Amino acid sequence: MSSNLSFDSFSTAIAGSHAGPKKLTQTPVTTGTSVLAVKFNGGVAFGADTLGSYGSLARFRNCERLLKINESTMIGCMGDYADFQHLKDIIEQMAIDDLCKDDNITLSPRSLHSWLTRVLYNKRSKMDPLWTTVVVGGIEKGEGFLGFVDKLGTAYKDPIIATGYGSMIATPLMRNAWRPDLTQAEAVKMVEDSMRVMFYRDARAFHKYHLGIVTADGCQIQGPLEVQPDWSIASLIR
Amino acid sequence: MSSIGTGYDLSASQFSPDGRVFQVEYAQKAIENSGTAIGLRGKNGVVFAMEKLVTSKLYEPGANRRLFGIDRHIGMAVGGLLADARQIVETSRKESSNYRAEYGGDVPLRYLTDRVAGYIHAYTLYSAVRPFGCAVILGSQEPTGPSMYMIDPSGVYYGYKGCAIGKAKQAAKTEMEKLEFSNMNIRELVKEAAKIIYMVHDEVKDKAFELELSWVGEDTNGLHQRVPDDIFAEAETFAKNSLKEDSDSEIDES
Repeated sequence: MSSNLSFDSFSTAIAGSHAGPKKLTQTPVTTGTSVLAVKFNGGVAFGADTLGSYGSLARFRNCERLLKINESTMIGCMGDYADFQHLKDIIEQMAIDDLCKDDNITLSPRSLHSWLTRVLYNKRSKMDPLWTTVVVGGIEKGEGFLGFVDKLGTAYKDPIIATGYGSMIATPLMRNAWRPDLTQAEAVKMVEDSMRVMFYRDARAFHKYHLGIVTADGCQIQGPLEVQPDWSIASLIR
Repeated sequence: MSSIGTGYDLSASQFSPDGRVFQVEYAQKAIENSGTAIGLRGKNGVVFAMEKLVTSKLYEPGANRRLFGIDRHIGMAVGGLLADARQIVETSRKESSNYRAEYGGDVPLRYLTDRVAGYIHAYTLYSAVRPFGCAVILGSQEPTGPSMYMIDPSGVYYGYKGCAIGKAKQAAKTEMEKLEFSNMNIRELVKEAAKIIYMVHDEVKDKAFELELSWVGEDTNGLHQRVPDDIFAEAETFAKNSLKEDSDSEIDES
């Protein structure tokens, strides 16, 4: 079996000579597209489709990109799926360690957002980023919390967050419809409508998605749900 | 009573002429001074109950708990030296975390028990360290059903349907043998476990104690947790009432 990695390059690697900086971590492989999230009166709602793209190939069509951490916290991840899985393992172990401490203190969205910001920023500062954009959301001190962190370590909080193409396409639509006293049903409809528009316009989007909702009653992820697209205008376009 | 192993009990790396390792036996004695802990394996889960002796009124309630969770799905009850036990708890948590990182899932109880028992056993081999002065009871709801093991300071472990460690372990075992707990679900078992603890508690020698209860089973979705407050209160009331009934009936007979 011929291999791209010849034994010559192995021995030079062992000898210690590198041809330039490590480049593997600067190229994502299997990627997820936008994550959308909106804060409503009493909690937050997330939407993320279930596609893992392999470049332009729609390769893995059942990837869950939302993660429940505990009853008050959830994250959604876009970008390299392997980096998301790596973060998932680490964060899940953090949640288990919380349970073991048995002091009724669990990871809150704000602390997780802060932790992620530090981790992602420090990785990028070593030129070895985790190629992900994470949306952190949940209930913090009785109110909804929504935060964004990207692979550069840029972090901010906002009632409406969308990553990637979602920030261009869905954010303006969601901002138009948002009010501080938005109800859960309205927020879910906003996410559903935005997921439909993303499917129309984002060439790396998919028609199936997960819907995550965090309220004072707990955190649940529903799905996979299906976008109901309406292509009837297509016949009007020449 | 206990024999003095003069000369052969100075370190765990010594055998006595009759083939005993006295340091390990002395470690087992240390457990007999602590409050009683029991584990009951029922039809669909495992229940732990603990007589946590309170030696001073100045302690905060809930201080120095002796029931621990390992990972999400395993409970551990300890008897003996609490500081030694905490190290075993920490080691068990690391083991299950490593298992999860390598194999991507919940550590099976018998695998964890085997690893922890090996660790405890290692401390019985060298003169540079002393054996752990505590025994631990581990329990969880496995895919094949509820499971419970007890490890003693020698590193030996057995699977149990019901086990007891501590001061009143003999009395507790006697009470357990009267119950048909293998067919009970954890809701009923919790009350029986609390009752056993109240029954074996010695009011004369040890005044105050706190009851600790935890469970893991089908009804908790395989998660180990402390028994919720309302069920705890129910179990405690049941235990106190059973005691009163027994003592009342004794008065009637005499």
